[in-house]
Amino acid sequence: MLPIPRTARGGAIAADAVPTPAATGGPDHHRRARRARRHRIAGVAGVAAAATLLVPGSALAVDPTTVDQSTLLESVVGLADEVNLFWLIFGTALVFFMQVGFLGLELGFSRGKSVGAGVAKILVNLSVASIAWWAVGFGVAFGGNGDDGVGSTLIGSSGFFFNNGTDLAGTSSGATEATTFIFQFTFAAVSLAIVWGATLERIKFIAYPIFGFVFVALIYPLVVHAGWGGGIFNDIGPGHLDFAGSTLVHLTGATAALAAAIVLGPRLGKYGPDGKPRAIPGHSMPIFGIGVLVLWLGWFGFNGASTGSTDGSGFSHVIAVTNLAAAAGVAGAAITSKLVLKSFDVGMIGNGAIAGLVAITAPAGFVELWTAPIIGLVGGVVVVLGVLAFDRLKIDDPVGATSAHGLAGIWGTLVTAVFASPRLVDEAQQGLWYGGSFDLMLTQIVSVLITIAFVFAASYAVFKIIDLTVGLRVSEEQELAGLDISEHGMYGYPEQFIPEAELIGSAK
Amino acid sequence: MKMVIAYIRHEAFEPIRAELLGLGFPSLSIAEVKGSGRQKGVTERYRGASLTNYLRPKVKIECVVDDGDVQTIVDTILKHARTGAVGDGKVFVMPVEEAYRIRTGEAGAETLQAHEADEIQR
Repeated sequence: MLPIPRTARGGAIAADAVPTPAATGGPDHHRRARRARRHRIAGVAGVAAAATLLVPGSALAVDPTTVDQSTLLESVVGLADEVNLFWLIFGTALVFFMQVGFLGLELGFSRGKSVGAGVAKILVNLSVASIAWWAVGFGVAFGGNGDDGVGSTLIGSSGFFFNNGTDLAGTSSGATEATTFIFQFTFAAVSLAIVWGATLERIKFIAYPIFGFVFVALIYPLVVHAGWGGGIFNDIGPGHLDFAGSTLVHLTGATAALAAAIVLGPRLGKYGPDGKPRAIPGHSMPIFGIGVLVLWLGWFGFNGASTGSTDGSGFSHVIAVTNLAAAAGVAGAAITSKLVLKSFDVGMIGNGAIAGLVAITAPAGFVELWTAPIIGLVGGVVVVLGVLAFDRLKIDDPVGATSAHGLAGIWGTLVTAVFASPRLVDEAQQGLWYGGSFDLMLTQIVSVLITIAFVFAASYAVFKIIDLTVGLRVSEEQELAGLDISEHGMYGYPEQFIPEAELIGSAK
Repeated sequence: MKMVIAYIRHEAFEPIRAELLGLGFPSLSIAEVKGSGRQKGVTERYRGASLTNYLRPKVKIECVVDDGDVQTIVDTILKHARTGAVGDGKVFVMPVEEAYRIRTGEAGAETLQAHEADEIQR
């Protein structure tokens, strides 16, 4: 069996280093592992103390001919722990690289007059998200669920201004927490990146750092705390299943994107006098395509490293499942596009890959390989129909974030309750396909509804406040000129806008 | 002196240029332009929405010649630019008051004379 930890991906690290019965399988593995996990995530400081005892220095500094068995065992355990940590840091790199994917996707779908703005946005967002996650977000998300008297099921209360390896200031934390901290940061950054896809070509730059800070410090961490932080989603019915974040990461980002698009309103020229949506073609399908492929690659870390460890090689299963779903998402979107739109729309096919990936994110570690093509294919169909529907509703989402991450995220979360395999989840969490009860489906539905309601209300409020104070949208004149020249004073593609005769200057 | 202005399909330009060069008329300018006429637009479909472009790309040729050479130029353009389908373009002829060669400062029709083949630098 694949001993894939269920929800508390980061929190699982420290104890997985010890071969307890909970970590080595057995009929009651999941139930016990779950209890253990709930204990483990009871406050960053508590986990740090435990981790120090369990990881006795470098595993390699041992002479096997003279060492006694217990020391050898400790060394092997220590080495296993380091392998697990390395896998998470490798996953961190892959998920971080997804920012390049979002950059490509968003720039490709923008017109040439607003591409520099997209570049500046990605950079400033990473900056703001890093700081917000360090100062506040990580503590809110993973700072304890009340089991150890730290935090509550609604909000964590330790780990602010994360301070690795010292107790001089802030919260003392060990290497494992540093791994969780940085690994989980990349997920927060992904969720934030999703938000902005719907806001392209008309949003004021100042809105990025303001909303970005609130989102990464509070909105996103509160949702993550409810799930992976040991919070309320674990107490609904048999406990919700969201392996790598169809709901927690993608639906959260997409819901904020929806709020942003509604407050902003559509781009000038998006709707004709007859109210029908008009095409505003993005400037580069090649850049878009590179973005999609980078995201696809990054997802191997997003889902694969969400195993939290390399134990039992469960990550290989997860990555295989992930790839199949993406492939099926492409097929689903291509077929739907041809049937509904009469053409193989390049953007829709790319969205199909993303939708397949988003859909498989919640079930990736809980389902069998054969279900992945079904999950991805439906995701691909959903994203095409979703983009058309949002367009009709006068919600201008240039990249389709609300469909690819939102609708496909909901689909992925719900379908987990259908296909969750008894081999991989608690008995109480078996999917309907395997004769499981309807409780898990209810749990998934409730967690989705709570996420949408909370994130939409909070994001809508923040965007409204930004709109009423510093302003959320640029002027009509600035929008027509493009964000590059109006917000940044320069062009992303200067040769397209400055005639050569003026660029070259006077010869004398 | 007359200026011949022609709006043609891109693929017609190269044969026109080659023949005019052979006839001793290497001097012309072109511009990439967009225009509309009876040729129908191209509809772009993008993410479920569509956008019809009625402005189609064409090449605009400008060529100033002596009055006696106008018919040669026009005939050459008509010969190569005609496919018989809507969208072949149009030719206009208009008067020109004066012409100067910048390199030498000379003025008048002599700046427009047809060139022998060995005068043309390749």
